[in-house]
Amino acid sequence: MATVVAVIASTHHPFFYKASTATGDDRPPFADEWVRKITAFRETLTRADPDVLVMVGSDHFHQLWLDNMPQFLVGKAPFYDANWYNEEREFGMPRMVLKGHEALSAHLLREGIDRGFDLAFSNELRVDHSITCPIITLRPEADLPIVPIYTNIFAPPLPRPKRFVELGEAIREIVESWPSHLRVAIIGTGHLSLELGGPRQFGPHGPDPEFDRRAVEWIATGDLESCLAGVTLDSLHAPGNATHGFMDFMLMMGVAGAGAKADHADSLDLFHTMEAYFTWYPNGVSAA
Amino acid sequence: MSKYLMDKFLFTVDRDPELVERYREDPRGTVTWWETERANAVLNCHAREASTWLSFTDEEREALGTHDHVKLFELGAHPFLTLTLFIAMFERDNTEPLEYQLAFATRLQHFEMPYPDVAT
Repeated sequence: MATVVAVIASTHHPFFYKASTATGDDRPPFADEWVRKITAFRETLTRADPDVLVMVGSDHFHQLWLDNMPQFLVGKAPFYDANWYNEEREFGMPRMVLKGHEALSAHLLREGIDRGFDLAFSNELRVDHSITCPIITLRPEADLPIVPIYTNIFAPPLPRPKRFVELGEAIREIVESWPSHLRVAIIGTGHLSLELGGPRQFGPHGPDPEFDRRAVEWIATGDLESCLAGVTLDSLHAPGNATHGFMDFMLMMGVAGAGAKADHADSLDLFHTMEAYFTWYPNGVSAA
Repeated sequence: MSKYLMDKFLFTVDRDPELVERYREDPRGTVTWWETERANAVLNCHAREASTWLSFTDEEREALGTHDHVKLFELGAHPFLTLTLFIAMFERDNTEPLEYQLAFATRLQHFEMPYPDVAT
């Protein structure tokens, strides 16, 4: 059976690409520290030596739209073009093409549906920065095949937090039941407290540093019980109007498993939002 | 009230570089044209299979036609869509980093939790 060699949860900050490649007067003062942290984070994936990446993210009103909105969708295509005009425009994101892994997509869809998740699918999916940010931070060679999984954290009505956790638990089991010799890393990105288009946006820190502190603690210690007790669909409005992206972190806590302490946990307090990076090695990892 | 249609306007303009410029330069004319020509297009369907029933309320049309992002927030337009499009139109006028984004936030300071519902 396939081996889950790493579980990785991260924020996806679309400005990292621009900040990390900027030079001279254009380079923001926090760029060097940010690059150092990302480089250490990248090493956690490199050490796991994966063959294929399952990538959990959320389309930001790019391909998925309100006339036809899936709650959870699995890409099943041989290739995924990536990044959109408005991401080039606002963030300077590069256009990319990622290889797909259709056999693992098919396995996730079949087993997921059979376990009670009525997963939508797409045979032609252009992925956005929720998928490409972690490619850029963790695997800039963009050389491994992926299976993208999109969640709806954007367009209410949303699934409840517990459903995200349950899907994460199912994804872990399904990947581990895949009859393959391949080494799989499961990577998901979301947000801590975040405000977009509201009065608290673009402050000197994330909109709710106290929520961020608790959230980092929940994730790093695998404290799903406290997390689920502390978060509801309604309560997630309070830390910031885009904080429902935290449910993708909860999904990844489900993948990592209740009580699983992260082997790597790091964060970076930036303007607008706190960055956070976590890696688990379910089966250990060889020494660096 | 048609939050969906406001969102559809913001979504379809934001993804089209020519429409972004047109909306920046001529908001009222762009809204009038869009409501006549585009509001009822089902996005992944042939033009002949258009919808028949979508239109803005006067309040929505006025908010879009005057670039009134505060009113759009009040009416429940999706703030991610509004922000993304308005940054595309107006960030270029910044004289310092984040100037437009922070002014955008300041103009919304009178809103308290819970914010207007964005569910469509």
